[in-house]
Amino acid sequence: MVKEIKRKSGRKADEMRPISAKVGIIPNADGSAMYKSGETIAIAAVYGPKKMHPQHSQNPAKGTLRCTYSMLSFSVTDRIRPGPNRRSTEISKIIEWALDPVVMLDNYPNMVVDVHIHMTQADAGTRCAGINAAAMALAHAGIPMKNMVSSIAAGKLDKTVVLDLDKYEDSDFEEGEGSTDIPMSFTDDGKLTHIQVDGYISKEQLKQAIEMAKKASGKIYEVQEKALKEIEK
Amino acid sequence: MSERKIVIPGEVIASGDDLLLGEGTEKRGKDIVALRFGLAEESNKLVKVIPLSGTYQPRRGNIVIGKVENITLNGWVISIGAPENAFLSLMEVPRYVNKDGLDEVMDIGDMLVAKIWAINKRGTDLSVKSRGLGKIEEGLILKVNPNKVPRIIGKEGSMIKMIKDNTNCNITVGQNGLIWIKGDKVEDELYAKKAILFVAKKSFVSGLTDEVEKWFGKNGRKK
Repeated sequence: MVKEIKRKSGRKADEMRPISAKVGIIPNADGSAMYKSGETIAIAAVYGPKKMHPQHSQNPAKGTLRCTYSMLSFSVTDRIRPGPNRRSTEISKIIEWALDPVVMLDNYPNMVVDVHIHMTQADAGTRCAGINAAAMALAHAGIPMKNMVSSIAAGKLDKTVVLDLDKYEDSDFEEGEGSTDIPMSFTDDGKLTHIQVDGYISKEQLKQAIEMAKKASGKIYEVQEKALKEIEK
Repeated sequence: MSERKIVIPGEVIASGDDLLLGEGTEKRGKDIVALRFGLAEESNKLVKVIPLSGTYQPRRGNIVIGKVENITLNGWVISIGAPENAFLSLMEVPRYVNKDGLDEVMDIGDMLVAKIWAINKRGTDLSVKSRGLGKIEEGLILKVNPNKVPRIIGKEGSMIKMIKDNTNCNITVGQNGLIWIKGDKVEDELYAKKAILFVAKKSFVSGLTDEVEKWFGKNGRKK
């Protein structure tokens, strides 16, 4: 079904990068996790629930989820200026929205759960890696959740739908129609919590890409489950 | 299912209509689903998830060890390692306190053993109106993961009793993970600390009481 395309990395169209995960990597945090996908490594630390400060941001109806995404200065080949910028603020918000449908913070009014996500190595797909790490860290912190979230990008290279674009495919591929990157997040039962489309894609191919990512998210779920269950052994 | 297993959020623990829902679970159709990461346990038709990690959640009746954070007009603000600070009112101290001299009873930075007397919308209220509660004058305080406290106490206090007997120390375990050790000699206190840290490290081992007995045999000190 999937038309074969020659990828620079040598992967098949529906093959994702090798993944691994580890939970409980930061002793001082209430929950923490690492997620690695190829050359991309994300670490997430969860603190809280704790009282929200400043007071005017408190929500008396339910607790708040606050995510902070940052790329460490050495995560890419050219040093990037550390600290928040337009891109990281946007991705922080995206990660927050991707996780918000599953976390249940109704019993924590006026409180906040802080999720800090750091990219120690970036090779495209950082928001997906961040979401995967954050979901594990939230579970590890004992935050009530409806489900786990597994995130993966699908996309299009020229005319072929492919899975899990890497740095070259995401930003330097310019053959034919160029590349389209579609990061998506799924719950364990196959529901979407987040989807972004960056580029052009037809309706049919978008459906195909979603199916491909949904299938791959099952594998990520297994890795996340294994990482959480293997803790302290 | 008498065996306990680790579950992750969204995982189906059991299914059936005759089961009761305990903490950290939810019903979806016929299935009982875990809502948090922890150990799933089924006993007497009750399915619940026991937390393995995360912050301490205060409950009514818990004995906790806290630190005085602030002094107000009518009491003390106590940090107990929970999301919110607790409050110890002047009325819940079993002695006369001069309203101008609250700091003479307990000053900022002092540690105390207290009981959670009420939890309401305004916050957590503490009391020291019981035996064994009140300001900590001397001894050693250590912190462990609050989720390991049940293992340190043991079934009906068996584990902590064994540690007390073997070390000649008086030990108060706060449910928030702070432990106060008071012995005659500093060596005894350090010995008790070592024993408690051993229990905390081995908290997932089954038959832990025997293991600790062996540990005391090996690391035994003359009484």
